[in-house]
Amino acid sequence: MTAVSQTATPPRTMVQGDAVPMVSIRGVGKSFGTNEVLRDIDLTVNKSEVVCLIGPSGSGKSTLLRCINFLEVYDRGEIRIEGTLVGYTEDTPRRRLSNRDLRSLRRNVGMVFQQFNLWPHMTALENVAEALVQVRGMDKASAASHAGRMLDRVGLAAKADAYPARLSGGQQQRVAIARVIAMEPHLMLFDEPTSALDPELVGEVLQVMRDLAADGMTMVVVTHEMGFAANVADKVAFLDRGRIAAFGTPREVFHESTEPRVQQFLQTYHERNSF
Amino acid sequence: MLDLSLLVQYGPALLRGFGVTILCWGAGCLIGMVLGFVLMLLRQLPIKPLRWIIRAYIEVIRGTPFLIQLFLLYSGGPSIGLRLEATTAGILGLGIYGSAYFAEIFRAGYQAVPKGQVEAALSLGMSYGSILRRVIVPAMLVSTIPAIVNMMAILTKETVVLSIITVPELMYEMQTMAAETFATFETILGMALFYWLLVEVVSRLGRRLEARVTRFLTHASPQGSSTETATARA
Repeated sequence: MTAVSQTATPPRTMVQGDAVPMVSIRGVGKSFGTNEVLRDIDLTVNKSEVVCLIGPSGSGKSTLLRCINFLEVYDRGEIRIEGTLVGYTEDTPRRRLSNRDLRSLRRNVGMVFQQFNLWPHMTALENVAEALVQVRGMDKASAASHAGRMLDRVGLAAKADAYPARLSGGQQQRVAIARVIAMEPHLMLFDEPTSALDPELVGEVLQVMRDLAADGMTMVVVTHEMGFAANVADKVAFLDRGRIAAFGTPREVFHESTEPRVQQFLQTYHERNSF
Repeated sequence: MLDLSLLVQYGPALLRGFGVTILCWGAGCLIGMVLGFVLMLLRQLPIKPLRWIIRAYIEVIRGTPFLIQLFLLYSGGPSIGLRLEATTAGILGLGIYGSAYFAEIFRAGYQAVPKGQVEAALSLGMSYGSILRRVIVPAMLVSTIPAIVNMMAILTKETVVLSIITVPELMYEMQTMAAETFATFETILGMALFYWLLVEVVSRLGRRLEARVTRFLTHASPQGSSTETATARA
């Protein structure tokens, strides 16, 4: 198979077709002033893998996630998506990528936010159809029917004409997921997708995410839902003070890790979630 | 004695003046809003000297009386080769005066747009132009409509200043009537009525506009809102 040569933008690195990871993070660091929030991060996400980022708050998980689609600028190291360097040109010294190139990179990377971030002046259907028209250049009618199918996929076909203010948090988050999958991304980033939800609404969102994982979507998920991480993730990365302190399969991290910070974190988690 | 027949006698002239007032006000508001929006956008650019210039412009306009600005434009203009007809100068003056205030209103509105809504659009690959049109401006409208309508109501009353540079608007016609008939009280009464009417119409339209742009916060769906209207009519 010569899949690589057929793609529109061939990866610039010399790696063989199937071996190009979806996300490759090498030596990434970032500082806010003198505060070093990410230090020397290495992480690889392969196609169709689900990787969960866990760890105490302030450990840098969300910042790392936001660096992957360059909503946050990283200072050191490199992040590549399907071989393409994120946010910078390949020149030395590297320069910032033009907005146009950044946009074409981002359209293949979907992001789901903690606060849903739906546009309140558009109905659920309009929210999903918007980027199809503005970014993919679809005409309004086909965008609307495509958007309708996506809402159906997250179980919200009946809410197509509702404005976000009239939807529950769980429904809003499912619309936000539909908005992303409508763009047919190669990779989806989730930034604490269930943290703003009432406990009884968490399940419906996690179910949609499980379905996506089962369909082979590549996902990087920042989460406090240890159950989801344990059952759905292929790999778990535990971050602490800007470093990956433990990395492996859920079993390796949750049950076999001898790293004291991981054990302390899990103990706190269990105490907080027991009666 | 109160002689209201004078108002009838001078009716055509007063109505013409009222028309000129509305024209100057409407055109002035439009110029002010467009200019104010452009100033607000330019202020977002990371070019420091440009920001200083715009800030100075806004401070000067807001810190000096409209009357003086108008004099400078109309009487001082010719000395730098800017020769304007009275009405043109009046409209332009109102527009410049309003632009400083509108720029500040829009700036507050721009800053109040939830960052997450913009990030969601960015992460989907939308361009800044699309985000501005489809996300930022609609969100700004919601938060700024009351302030915009308020500023427009204030500008209705600033139009009286135009009479001083001989724009034949309502105040000018009223003064003519007063000079010719010595009926000062009737003139002032008539004038108060006209301006009150104008401000009332503006604020009523403003309330309607506000209800229109915030309808998504109160109605379940467009279908829902139209059924509700239909029921209300029945």
